[in-house]
Amino acid sequence: MTVEDLRELAEKEQARQAQFEHRILYCSSAGCVSSGCDAVKAELKKAIEELGLTNKCELLGTGCLGLCGEGPLVFVHSDPTLYQHVDAKVARRIVEEHIGQGKKVKENEIDLKDPFFASQTKIVLENMGKIDAESIEEYIAADGYEALAKALTEMGPEEVIGEIRKAGLRGRGGAGYPTGLKWDIVRKGVSDQKYVVCNADEGDPGAFMDRSVLEGDPHRVLEGMAIAGYAVGANQGYIYARAEYPLAIERLKTAIKQAEKLGLLGNRILESQFNFRIDIRIGAGAFVCGEETALLRSVMGRRGRPKVRPPYPSEKGLWGKPTVINNVETYANIAPILRNGSAWFAGIGTQKSPGTKVFALAGKINRTGLVEVPMGIPLKKIIFDIGGGTPEGTEFKAAQTGGPSGGCIPKEHLDLPVDYESLQTVGSIMGSGGMIIMDNTSDMVDVAKYFMDFCMDESCGKCIPCRVGTKHIYTLLEKIVNRQATEDDFALLKELCMMVKETSLCGLGQAAPNPVLSTIRFFNEEYISKLKPATTFNATGEEHSPVTVAKEVK
Amino acid sequence: MAVITFIIDDEQYSAQEGVTILQVARDNKIHIPTLCYLDGLSTLGACRLCVVEIEGSPKLFPACTTKPTENMVVRTNTEKLKKYRRIIVELLASEGNHQCAVCVVNGHCQLQDLAYEVGLDHVRFPYLFPKKSLDATHKDFVMDRNRCVLCTRCVRVCHEVEGAHVWDISGRGIHCEIIADLNQPWGTSANCTSCGKCVSVCPTGALFEKGASVGEMQKEHDFIKFIVTARNKHEWVHIAPEDE
Repeated sequence: MTVEDLRELAEKEQARQAQFEHRILYCSSAGCVSSGCDAVKAELKKAIEELGLTNKCELLGTGCLGLCGEGPLVFVHSDPTLYQHVDAKVARRIVEEHIGQGKKVKENEIDLKDPFFASQTKIVLENMGKIDAESIEEYIAADGYEALAKALTEMGPEEVIGEIRKAGLRGRGGAGYPTGLKWDIVRKGVSDQKYVVCNADEGDPGAFMDRSVLEGDPHRVLEGMAIAGYAVGANQGYIYARAEYPLAIERLKTAIKQAEKLGLLGNRILESQFNFRIDIRIGAGAFVCGEETALLRSVMGRRGRPKVRPPYPSEKGLWGKPTVINNVETYANIAPILRNGSAWFAGIGTQKSPGTKVFALAGKINRTGLVEVPMGIPLKKIIFDIGGGTPEGTEFKAAQTGGPSGGCIPKEHLDLPVDYESLQTVGSIMGSGGMIIMDNTSDMVDVAKYFMDFCMDESCGKCIPCRVGTKHIYTLLEKIVNRQATEDDFALLKELCMMVKETSLCGLGQAAPNPVLSTIRFFNEEYISKLKPATTFNATGEEHSPVTVAKEVK
Repeated sequence: MAVITFIIDDEQYSAQEGVTILQVARDNKIHIPTLCYLDGLSTLGACRLCVVEIEGSPKLFPACTTKPTENMVVRTNTEKLKKYRRIIVELLASEGNHQCAVCVVNGHCQLQDLAYEVGLDHVRFPYLFPKKSLDATHKDFVMDRNRCVLCTRCVRVCHEVEGAHVWDISGRGIHCEIIADLNQPWGTSANCTSCGKCVSVCPTGALFEKGASVGEMQKEHDFIKFIVTARNKHEWVHIAPEDE
């Protein structure tokens, strides 16, 4: 396939889509699958056939429509209408009344002018609700693979890296390392073989951004990786996806096959000299394999344990060769940057953190789901405008960002702009984008205990501070929750947290105490109120609390 | 190779580029405590005892893997480091069943030496009292997993020096264990050459010779460096045991 063929295919597909008066898109992401979109799809299909609308109306499964808490969702594209809580009955009514008679089903309609939609800026999620998640033609019709074509025909590898650097894109996996800089190091590395790896091992509890991107728009990630391969001089890519994402893996497999068939992956891509293959590696469920050095070891078939950096993967990665490793969302940003130019991207978000960030809103919030917002947006806006605040009768208490490695942000800091640096100043991190909202019914010590339980369970056991330290932090938190802990225990907890944070080998251990430290920082009184007075012993060895001792003295 | 100068604990030192802070410190008789590190084996950087402070960075760096750069200012013995090292040994003491008085290596144990060094007079964390298995199926040696500190010296020496790769790790986090072959009794391992290197390099009494009674098992850690130097450089030099 040449670049001309690609554009011809795009036009052909656009013409095919224009034939239909209506395009009905049902959300086919995991959230809506679990709330029953398969039955909705079957009913929609049946209704369209029965009413003889097959020539007029096209039915397709699209990526995540955002409002996961209100699924199954159906979107009528021609006359933009989003329906929530669709069941078989409503599905039939959509076809009969909306498509057939032009009357919307008011009961299930969601207002698209709602701040949930209006306050978002979509780059990564731009194709959600637009294209069929399993069709490469639809992706191509929506300017897909145009960025790869542009890179291969009009730009040299250095120019591609230059664009990414100028755009100021930073790693969306959480640490925020400049992507262009990382690529540049790999490009300059001298080696007969280089690799491109995509980290799709999204393990944070409550996070599903990467899953949604892979399920709804897999080609976007493949295109980003192919561009990375071209920029750094790699001919092999690996996507490391966790086994808990069967649908995402299925769609990725389909997408890779489709792209290979059209010559957009494989040898001589778009009739150029560039070869690039992508293979999938499936993780076995260890959280630590999201840490890049552990991930690379797992890709190589070894035990998934982190190793000391430096050397960084960009110098010595897979099989000791220079390796680019980026997150799903980072790759999803590449194609739009090349298509629209670095200046466009740099103009969105803040100066230090340009672009957007996808967050998975979960917890005690009215609208749970997937949102994409420009960097630097105040936290308040995400929670109250987009998320609609906490359920009625409850009060917002804290937002937890960054999963088990992040921290809790209290209401005093609601005006905080959401970017890499600002979140760090309050002891949290951007992380991959999970955002869990808690109301006044949540006990913060319990929250810290929950995350510590997770970290303790997921510690690989290589370094002592994380292996044994997280165990004892958990035990101490349990003691506090059970009101068995004294002030000495509390002091020990703080000391141990600092030690684990500063001495652990990898990011998992270094960040594991964050939920505890940030809740101590902002909700200290919740810890103090659970402490019991220190016990002393009398001459016969019986336990005495100071209170009783004082009474005896009297 | 370029020579660089840098500062360890207010004294200036010069070193070949590419060597680690720990090597420079040892060459100059500066003591930095270590546990998983062993001359001749690959470095792991896992026990975190050798962490040092480097001026200008808020992070701590393991001396065994960090290479000095020109004018770097390294501190090896600050109050913070002493406190953290004590906690590391304290964590190990609470993790296993380390009852020195009934242990075969009592008096010759590196964990015991570390405990003395960091001043571990009591343990503030609850003992975990592990109930891990003891493998006495080998004809000459015993593996008591309850005394293991998971430094993986045995794993590395068996893989890297002996080339048998009998040992490996199973499990995760606090449930990590050293296993023989695919978790089979050690005595049934066809790979094991009974060379005893693992027993010699084990810093604690987790691996010991059968028949040794309390305090009788003495270990020889330094011959690995001799073997590796001989093999790689064809130089048969005895390296004097570390005197620090």
